Amino acid sequence: MTPLVTITDLDKSFPGVKALKKARFDLFPGEVHALMGENGAGKSTLMKVLAGIYRKDAGEICIEGVPVDIASPRAAQDLGISIIHQELNLMNDLTAAQNIFIGREPKQAMGLLLDEDALNRNAASIFERMHLKLDPRAEVGGLTVAKQQMVEIARALSFRSKVLIMDEPTAALNNAEIAELFSIIRKLKDDGVGIVYISHKMDELKEISDRVTVMRDGEYVGTVPTASTSVDTIISMMVGRSLTETKTEIPDLSRHDVVLEVRNLQRGNAIKDVSFKLRKGEILGFAGLMGAGRTEVARAIFGADPLDDGEIIVRGEPVTIRSPRDAVRLGIGYLSEDRKRFGLATGMDVAANIVMPCLNRFLSMRMFLQARAIRETARSYIARLRIKTPSDAQEVRFLSGGNQQKIVIAKWLARDCEILFFDEPTRGIDVGAKNEIYKLLNALAEQGRAIVMISSELPEILRMSHRIAVMCEGRLTGELQAEGATQEDIMRLATQRRSLTADAPGAKMEGATA
Amino acid sequence: MTTIVEKENRSVIRSAVLSQGTWQKILAFASLIALMVVFSVASENFLQPDNLIGILQATAVNGVLAVAATFVIITGGIDLSVGTLMTFCAVIAGVFLTYWGMPMPVGILAAIVAGALCGSVSGTLIAKMKIPPFIATLGMMMLLKGLALVISGTRPIYFNDTPNFPMISQDSLIGAVLPFLPIPNGVLILFIVAIVSSLVLTRTAFGRYTFALGSNEEAVRLSGVNTDFWKIMVYTVSGGICGIAGLIIASRLNSAQPALGQGYELDAIAAVVIGGTSLSGGRGTILGTIIGALIISVLTNGLRILSVAQEWQTVVTGIIIILAVYADILRRRT
Repeated sequence: MTPLVTITDLDKSFPGVKALKKARFDLFPGEVHALMGENGAGKSTLMKVLAGIYRKDAGEICIEGVPVDIASPRAAQDLGISIIHQELNLMNDLTAAQNIFIGREPKQAMGLLLDEDALNRNAASIFERMHLKLDPRAEVGGLTVAKQQMVEIARALSFRSKVLIMDEPTAALNNAEIAELFSIIRKLKDDGVGIVYISHKMDELKEISDRVTVMRDGEYVGTVPTASTSVDTIISMMVGRSLTETKTEIPDLSRHDVVLEVRNLQRGNAIKDVSFKLRKGEILGFAGLMGAGRTEVARAIFGADPLDDGEIIVRGEPVTIRSPRDAVRLGIGYLSEDRKRFGLATGMDVAANIVMPCLNRFLSMRMFLQARAIRETARSYIARLRIKTPSDAQEVRFLSGGNQQKIVIAKWLARDCEILFFDEPTRGIDVGAKNEIYKLLNALAEQGRAIVMISSELPEILRMSHRIAVMCEGRLTGELQAEGATQEDIMRLATQRRSLTADAPGAKMEGATA
Repeated sequence: MTTIVEKENRSVIRSAVLSQGTWQKILAFASLIALMVVFSVASENFLQPDNLIGILQATAVNGVLAVAATFVIITGGIDLSVGTLMTFCAVIAGVFLTYWGMPMPVGILAAIVAGALCGSVSGTLIAKMKIPPFIATLGMMMLLKGLALVISGTRPIYFNDTPNFPMISQDSLIGAVLPFLPIPNGVLILFIVAIVSSLVLTRTAFGRYTFALGSNEEAVRLSGVNTDFWKIMVYTVSGGICGIAGLIIASRLNSAQPALGQGYELDAIAAVVIGGTSLSGGRGTILGTIIGALIISVLTNGLRILSVAQEWQTVVTGIIIILAVYADILRRRT
């Protein structure tokens, strides 16, 4: 049988990163082929090349044995390739049918008017093929996320797609909805559609996929049949890189004061009963996959999002934090994973950003900016953190990611925060700058600041943390002493979904702390 | 190797910065000069001192309103109520001075305080109740227009009992000192408002937060800054400045005309935009706004001198606004 898709030796670079190095992949008709790897392994990039969103630098893509050049999403559609993104791209105010046929509406009256009846009929026939009960006239905004996903799938099928790429399709679905999605995937399989399934969730892969291909750091690691391969084997394929970085000494913190304690934090579906303690001088690593709720926990403690329930105790005193302003007053700082959106005013200069949280200290008559004092403070941090910038008056958007991150750090150091949440502190930063950030974090901990470091990179978590908390789907699934913890331990906790957690987590925690 | 790359980067960065900040003003200023050259060649009346002073006089009201609008637009908001708020404040001055016979300083203060209060209402609607600025100030625009008519009984209020009132804009303090420069007080007030506003925007915490709000409000909030408070303050200050505009126009007409005011907000926004302030917030200058206001006045005046019909003057102003914004977009793209 000819494979539907054969990808060989595919290279793709972005400025500063080699995202794909000789990547390989193939897909047969009627097959669900899972694509796995840690965040940043290159799964999504590879599929975006296949879907015509990115252009390949080198390598070959064959569709049914014929080499093709996929220049645009349009070209991919013409070849029968559709992608369903993690974030759905639907127009909420239009109906399901209108969404499916947007840009290709059937016309009547010499092409002047839309033929709404034909539109709905066509949509209904696709739904029927999917065995899906859905009114084509239903407004998409009013549907559940699962149903919206079905509409996306229907749209893909309306192009008579032979290849359907699904990027984390179950991220926002509950168990019943997942079951619904899987039954549709099985029907598509029977019709001979080839499905690429990107996911982090082991139990799902076991249930739905035929083969698994694992990628790591943009490279092809291997392809295995799902049925005869154990979860442990797949995990070790995913994390298999050797750890060369030196691990930091873990100080004895048992006599240090607890500066922050949270009990039973609760916020909708995002945070479920999260409790932990943080000591002075400690680096607590927060591990987990994307969407596990780590950022949500940090934002809730910082007062950026409201909590439904739970207690926050700072330096022994129970406190209420209603806004970031309250948190900052208590000496809590939050360095967002999305620097550009939440961390920096990129159109403003370096000095303005550094003094933003503590501008009050630089005022005369509580009104006028003390330009010289601001500049001196900014310069001292530029020197201390070795921020590479032509001057303190440089607009932040012209600086590199690593230097922008240092400015965010400088901002909170200038405010003298004792408790710091670092959310993905090295995302989008090159290796050299990463090491500098690591040194900085260690130095801050030695000075007695308490640090929570959220990271999706396991080597980073293992290297930096004194203690590791692992989250999955809003719950803390375990806490590990950094001493002796392995990537496999963390991965197992991070993929432990409720259905599988019945006995495992307790045993895990004991094993790790003993 | 790295140092070479770095140096190159730096020079690229420097030139980019230079063109960013200065380009904006240079382009607007160059257009103003170009317009003046064209008109002075086309008509010898244009450069007459009387005519130039007339242009300045005509700029005073729109200029002050545009300064008020600049504050709001830098935060990424918009204020459609500046025109009718100006009228409302003029009517309030009339109520205090003519109806109640209060002394002039009280009337002046009342107009400015009324403006600030109305501004703080808009600010509260926007910051606390999360009503989009366009809608909140559209509502305020109509509300204030109606209130001005209700309070005045739809009739103009004349300032006949306050003989000094017209002096606010029509006398010339500068002319008293320098007889060869008979610049009317209205223009003097515009310059004072502009200079003070410019200092406030660049030298105070308030100004810093104004830019920061427009640059990235969420980042500012996550820095622990009370963004709601500062946003309300911006609209309050803007409203107070509208009160000053109200005094200038009332003084020039020696009356508060309750039916006047609508349409002024668009002229003010046009001046701000021509001056290079970004409607998406985060950047802008008072100097640019003043140049923008002058461009509109010069254009109106010049076309009138050339006897271009009023209808066509409006057409040309529209084209200029579109060109100005397009130039801004082109500049940003490179």
